[in-house]
Amino acid sequence: MDNKIRSLRMEHITKRFPGVLASDDISISVGEGEVLALVGENGAGKTTLMNILMGLYQSDEGRILINDKEVRFRGPEDAFKAGLGMVHQTYMLVHNMTVLENIALGYKSAWKHTSIDMGEVRDRINEISSRYGLLVNPDAYIWQLSVGEQQRVELVKTLCLGARFLILDEPTSALTPQETDELIVLLKNMKNELPIIFISHKLQEVKALSNKVTILRHGKVVFSGNTDDYSSQEIAAKMTGHEIVLPRNKAENKSGETALEIDSITVMSDMKTKALDGFSLSIKAGEIVGLAGVSGNGQRELAEAINGLRHTASGRIVLHGKEIQNLSPHDVIASGMGYIPEERNTEGIVPSFSIMENLVLKDISTEKFSDKGIVKKKEEEANAERLVEGFDIRCPGIMTAAGSLSGGNIQKVILARELDRKPKFLVAVYPTRGLDMGAVEFIHQRLLEIRESGIGILLISEELEEIMNLSDRIAVIYKGTVQKVLRQDEATKERLGILMAGVKE
Amino acid sequence: MTRGFRIAFKAAIILIAIIAAVLIASMILWLIGAKVGATFYTICIAPLTNMLHISEVMIRAIPLCIIAIGISVAYRSGIINIGAEGQMAMGILAFTGVALAFPDVPRPLLLPLALLASVIGGGVWGYIPGILRAKLNVSELLSTVMLNYIAAQFYSLCLRTIYLDPAEKVYGTGTPQSMRLTENVWLGRITGRLHYGVLIALVLAVLIYILMWKTTTGFRMRASGSGARAARYAGISVGFYAALSMAISGAFAGLAGGIELAGVHRRAIEGITNNYGFSGVVVALFGGLHPFGIIPASFFFGLMIYGATLAPSKVGVPANIVQVMQGIIIIVIVTAQMVLSNTYFQDRVWRKYQSLRKKEA
Repeated sequence: MDNKIRSLRMEHITKRFPGVLASDDISISVGEGEVLALVGENGAGKTTLMNILMGLYQSDEGRILINDKEVRFRGPEDAFKAGLGMVHQTYMLVHNMTVLENIALGYKSAWKHTSIDMGEVRDRINEISSRYGLLVNPDAYIWQLSVGEQQRVELVKTLCLGARFLILDEPTSALTPQETDELIVLLKNMKNELPIIFISHKLQEVKALSNKVTILRHGKVVFSGNTDDYSSQEIAAKMTGHEIVLPRNKAENKSGETALEIDSITVMSDMKTKALDGFSLSIKAGEIVGLAGVSGNGQRELAEAINGLRHTASGRIVLHGKEIQNLSPHDVIASGMGYIPEERNTEGIVPSFSIMENLVLKDISTEKFSDKGIVKKKEEEANAERLVEGFDIRCPGIMTAAGSLSGGNIQKVILARELDRKPKFLVAVYPTRGLDMGAVEFIHQRLLEIRESGIGILLISEELEEIMNLSDRIAVIYKGTVQKVLRQDEATKERLGILMAGVKE
Repeated sequence: MTRGFRIAFKAAIILIAIIAAVLIASMILWLIGAKVGATFYTICIAPLTNMLHISEVMIRAIPLCIIAIGISVAYRSGIINIGAEGQMAMGILAFTGVALAFPDVPRPLLLPLALLASVIGGGVWGYIPGILRAKLNVSELLSTVMLNYIAAQFYSLCLRTIYLDPAEKVYGTGTPQSMRLTENVWLGRITGRLHYGVLIALVLAVLIYILMWKTTTGFRMRASGSGARAARYAGISVGFYAALSMAISGAFAGLAGGIELAGVHRRAIEGITNNYGFSGVVVALFGGLHPFGIIPASFFFGLMIYGATLAPSKVGVPANIVQVMQGIIIIVIVTAQMVLSNTYFQDRVWRKYQSLRKKEA
């Protein structure tokens, strides 16, 4: 069947939202055998543009052409029929169903009157799997799969349903480095079969995968060209509008006494298995210790146990000489612990609360912000004005709901709250996950600053570059124990990668 | 977008909603062969024409208002209290118990004591589902509904046994009701049957406003309700505030029962709770979960409840039909509220309007 999509163009697309011009006269085009990388900071309008392409939004002006014929999509159904398939940032899978059942849900041609021809669906999955080299087990339940495997299921699903053109919205944002590499290899093979648009702000991937790159800023195309003609630095500069050099931890290690001592703790996971098994680590004041590891090896449980959110079955956690294991979260905070949690939208902020209220979430009862239980409104406002200014939180005003901000600005709200409390120690979990370069730069600088001021930091991250740039020492976690602790100068990407995979040196 | 356009937009939506509600309701009235105009007049206008009617509307609005304020506290703290009916019944029982036990204690002491008893009665009945949810994660929907059944039967039992009017035994009529309570627990009346409970309701509304938006306790309760996980991560004891908010919510329902008894009925009889506990949920949502929205909302609901009692005698429309109409009106109004809060829709209309003007020019 020759219904290949040879070219897709969007011309002069304009879309307005209340108070915002989300797309301003944007044109893009993708041809056969091509991968177009759509690059830009958070809030630049990438996702909006793709939602217009998929028929989720209607553009106010402009047109879409497939194989040089104009098309109009009233909804996602129309876009599917035309052969467009999109894999969203958050996967649309039913967790307590198998891979086969999930795909059968959308596979309408296998639906008979009262039953679904599962054999037909299975054949189709096998056909797609072998054609594109996407290995999936049709009988596995979604909840049994890792994030990377779930994404593969999403890809298979999209292709099974007849996609002849792929749109991937930040496909690597939740993947481990290894999974990311695998995905890139996979997509490289697939691009010969069908054109791909992929949204990203990670420039290594853009360089590795795409032929063409289009950069958006504030809803406008600021640059379009062939990827190979430009270096990562040049693309980064075009994306943010200025040259970006991520700061590095070069200051000499002047660390003092032990700030946090974790002494062979055992912590259970939600599945009642040992997430941490005799885990020990000590961090000195004025030192950043990076904890590298593939996610799911006990990082979340470690951060929660330190902060009193999870029961520590055995062992001790000592913060500046005071045992804090199994204290309530309130008491851990009162002992001087700062925490940047993993899920910034649900754990870091109350989304419907204003920026002002989120900035005093932990300290509303202190003398500074209340008097005999009555909130001091003026102090609260002054505090918010000061922090919004000091941390460059971009928002319409301090009364804006924090949940309506972009990821980077939400993270700045959390950072402002945690750092301004003058903690004695800070646990930062994936502090820059999914953020654009500008925000990453800002957060890294702040972390290095408070290290200078003599605060110990435990930095949990999957980004090896982040860990290697910032840490004085690097610990590798594997299956709930510390695999090895390296000094900054001993660590290389390769060595960390091997340790993260569980190989003992 | 101009200010004038925003106001015009809102006015237009409200107007359309009113017209839609009136049209649908008229259709139903027409189908059953009632006089459409006269019925509307009886339900919506007549209750506002003289002081006697208005005071009757207000005595129905008082318990609704107090209960809805309590429900809004729980709702904002992340718990949906649909057990106000049972909590109100327990408040009435506690109030009656105190009044029957100490008939000779002077009024300045006995009335506050009896009202306090109703607060505790309702508060305990609200605290049970609160603490079950906080400690054992029992769904409050389940526990409050079940506690409603228990309270209703217990109420019935008390009226037939320990609280039963001795005179009933003598005459043997067997009406399940308590004796007339001592005057020492009566709330004074302003005009007609309108009692000073109306002032209590207004004071409570102000107090809850201060509690929820001016104190650290209210801040924590709202944080627990809007983002339980983030609240926990910020060191807020979410379970404690869930239980506290339910105790407050129950206490308000109990107090509403006590005031109803002290101001209106002055003896415990069956049917005092009158579904106020359930209507209270609607009033709370309708009032935007804010005390100052709940005050007008409860008046509006009081109007509808009273209008339903007038309709059968004045225009021969059964009260059931009036309730059907009320249901329609509420759905239409809630829908209109949703449309009004949809800024995307407003923006789209604005652009349509602009492009129309361009064409004309």
